[in-house]
Amino acid sequence: MGQVYDLPTLRMRYYEALGLEPKLALDLEDLRKRFYERSRETHPDLVGSAAEDRMAQLNDAFRTLRQPVPRAEYFLSERGIQLSKDVPPELLEEVFELNMALEEIRGGDESARPQLDSARERFTEMQAEIDSGLAALFTRQDAEGGQETLDEIATSLNRRRYISNLLRDVDKELNVHLSN
Amino acid sequence: MSTFQIDFGESTSKIVGIDLGTTNSLVAVMELTGPRILSGIVPSVVSATESGEVIAGEPAREMLITHPERTVYSVKRLMGRGLADIGEELKLFPFRLAEGSESVLQLSLGEKIMTPPEVSAHVLLKLKNDAEAALGEPVTQAVITVPAYFNDAQRQATKDAGRIAGLEVLRLVNEPTAAALAYGLDKRRDGIVAVYDLGGGTFDISILRLHEGIFEVLATNGDTHLGGDDIDHLLMNIALEEIRSEWGEDISGNPGAVQLLRRAVIKAKEELSFVPQAKIDLEFHGKRYQREMTLDVFDRVIQPIVDRTLGPCRACIQDSGVRVDEIDEVVLVGGSTRIPLVQSAVERLFRAKPHTELNPDEVVALGAAVQAGILAGDVQDKLLLDVTPLSLGIETMGGLVSKLIHRNSTIPASATETFTTAVDGQTNVLIHVVQGERELVKDCRSLARFDLKGIAPMQAGMARIEVRFLIDANGILNVTAKDLRTGKEHSMDVKPSYGLTDQQVEAMILESFEKAQQDLTERQVREARVEADAVMAAVDKARHEEAYLGLSEDERAAIDRAVNELLVVYHSDDHMLIRDKIDGIDQATQSLAEAIINSVAEKALKGTKIDA
Repeated sequence: MGQVYDLPTLRMRYYEALGLEPKLALDLEDLRKRFYERSRETHPDLVGSAAEDRMAQLNDAFRTLRQPVPRAEYFLSERGIQLSKDVPPELLEEVFELNMALEEIRGGDESARPQLDSARERFTEMQAEIDSGLAALFTRQDAEGGQETLDEIATSLNRRRYISNLLRDVDKELNVHLSN
Repeated sequence: MSTFQIDFGESTSKIVGIDLGTTNSLVAVMELTGPRILSGIVPSVVSATESGEVIAGEPAREMLITHPERTVYSVKRLMGRGLADIGEELKLFPFRLAEGSESVLQLSLGEKIMTPPEVSAHVLLKLKNDAEAALGEPVTQAVITVPAYFNDAQRQATKDAGRIAGLEVLRLVNEPTAAALAYGLDKRRDGIVAVYDLGGGTFDISILRLHEGIFEVLATNGDTHLGGDDIDHLLMNIALEEIRSEWGEDISGNPGAVQLLRRAVIKAKEELSFVPQAKIDLEFHGKRYQREMTLDVFDRVIQPIVDRTLGPCRACIQDSGVRVDEIDEVVLVGGSTRIPLVQSAVERLFRAKPHTELNPDEVVALGAAVQAGILAGDVQDKLLLDVTPLSLGIETMGGLVSKLIHRNSTIPASATETFTTAVDGQTNVLIHVVQGERELVKDCRSLARFDLKGIAPMQAGMARIEVRFLIDANGILNVTAKDLRTGKEHSMDVKPSYGLTDQQVEAMILESFEKAQQDLTERQVREARVEADAVMAAVDKARHEEAYLGLSEDERAAIDRAVNELLVVYHSDDHMLIRDKIDGIDQATQSLAEAIINSVAEKALKGTKIDA
């Protein structure tokens, strides 16, 4: 029986566009250098408007691969892994309390504000933890491969996405202007 | 002396760079030594005379006082906008809308009716003519700058204006990016640069990474309705109020008086950038209003305007992914950045002294010329990587926006979505494309509706139409659709929410580019001088040739005489005379030219022998 590849899931075109092996851990300096080099060869300003599509692809590739989270999401989706949209079970209780506090503040009750502040701090810490965990998982996946690590990455990404949505809601309510 | 012309024979017409500003416009061109401004500042003012002529620039600016009802300014504020979103503008500007403005805005200049792109086209035409006169050759292609924060419709309207003026717009470049290009060429090669651009009517902030000739925009933000105009209005309101109590008369209904006052407050505003106190001085119908204004008072009045620029700056820093202390330099662009309060606010926010050494009025046009040079292949090793300022999305169920391309994505950028039918036998699918950051369609700006029609009737969910959204290097959306079942291009109808259709633009193209006789003569003189320069350069070069030494005393004297005669008439305004003397040189150098050809041929033959 001949092998049937589902081509779109195996193409990893973003990596190809930058001349890279599909790896999760990437050196950002090297990535940017490749992007600049290839831009000089591809940009419609230099080689004519026919290259617009190719340049768009290169831009899309660089934008996706230069940030760890979109890169991992892309990597997983090319490997046919979909992220779940469920609330990570270990966060359920926390989320419930947070939503109560948000409701109170929206209703004009300022007493919940310290609670939001501390929730914000906790979530930010969690996010940092996930990020360093992801970095380790990337290295392991690149070295050993295997479905198990991929699944772990998927779980972490799902958790991370959920937390960043929470943070966004909290920030909106706290009216925090992030000014570095 | 045709043989010499090989030496300077490149005569491809130049691509000009145009800064089409709210208040003023400029045209520049790239030369071997760098970008050069081609003409003086052209006020972005257009007026229709009683004889039906349309004039632009300085003479139109005069008409603002004498014929305010036939004259428009700051039309950039209306570019790409609809009736529903110009309420604020109508309060502040004496725009007179004509009937039929529901679908496309139409302005009255006396009995003449024009859309905003047509008005802008007359400013562009003036710049085109100025450039042609300065270069001595026709100009047909241009790079035009737009505020970085311009949306799709505003960009399209600018492109339309170019086409109406008979210019092929090769590229729209964002103003702060253009400024960075001029700045990077001049001052800095590597590092992170922020460009703060506060002009007459628009505000932009962009943060770029400069690296070995690549200008990568990391993020941009802004407000397309914030600028010097707003400061003028604040000052005018104070003055109008005081005039009302001093004279017991309200002059706000008199357009001519209002324009005189506008001029008076602008004068005071500009002085306050250099001295701590200035006077608003208005004389109208024998009455006089004078008011001293100190810098302190001025600062208090304009503080809210300056503050409004800071939010976009913070958002831009956030989006750029760099920290404030990583920003190496801040460059100021736009006339309004001469205001001390603006400079100190920028310095405080970015914790760095902003750079002001480039002329903030000229730097955008100069950068546009550099980009024109890049497109022409004259400027090597430079490349702009710009971004789209606003997210692009499509309407989904419940009036929500599904984002396809996020703001600050490097352009060209693309996204692909597959659409299908929801009910059996459905033959068309409607896609509503919007631009903006909000989650609800009603809070974003409608861009266009695409109707994928002619889908073969089949079961719901069976059709597969792949739609590709491409934001091109101009920041303008292009949409194509493909039927995945047949692999064929799928046709669609496009209904832009704002702006002109292709046919409307076509009909507006200013076919008779009548120029004043003076312009024509000026151009002919310039052309003749350019040719004279070339011929004299060729003669100078020929003097070093062996063949020149072989000429007789008399022949050399004749050449000297012919050159002298040309020099004598060179600065006259008679192009026929200049051409006559150029012909004289041609005749005097005929035998020299022949001798050079012979010696070249000889060398070539020798060369073959040696090689063989």
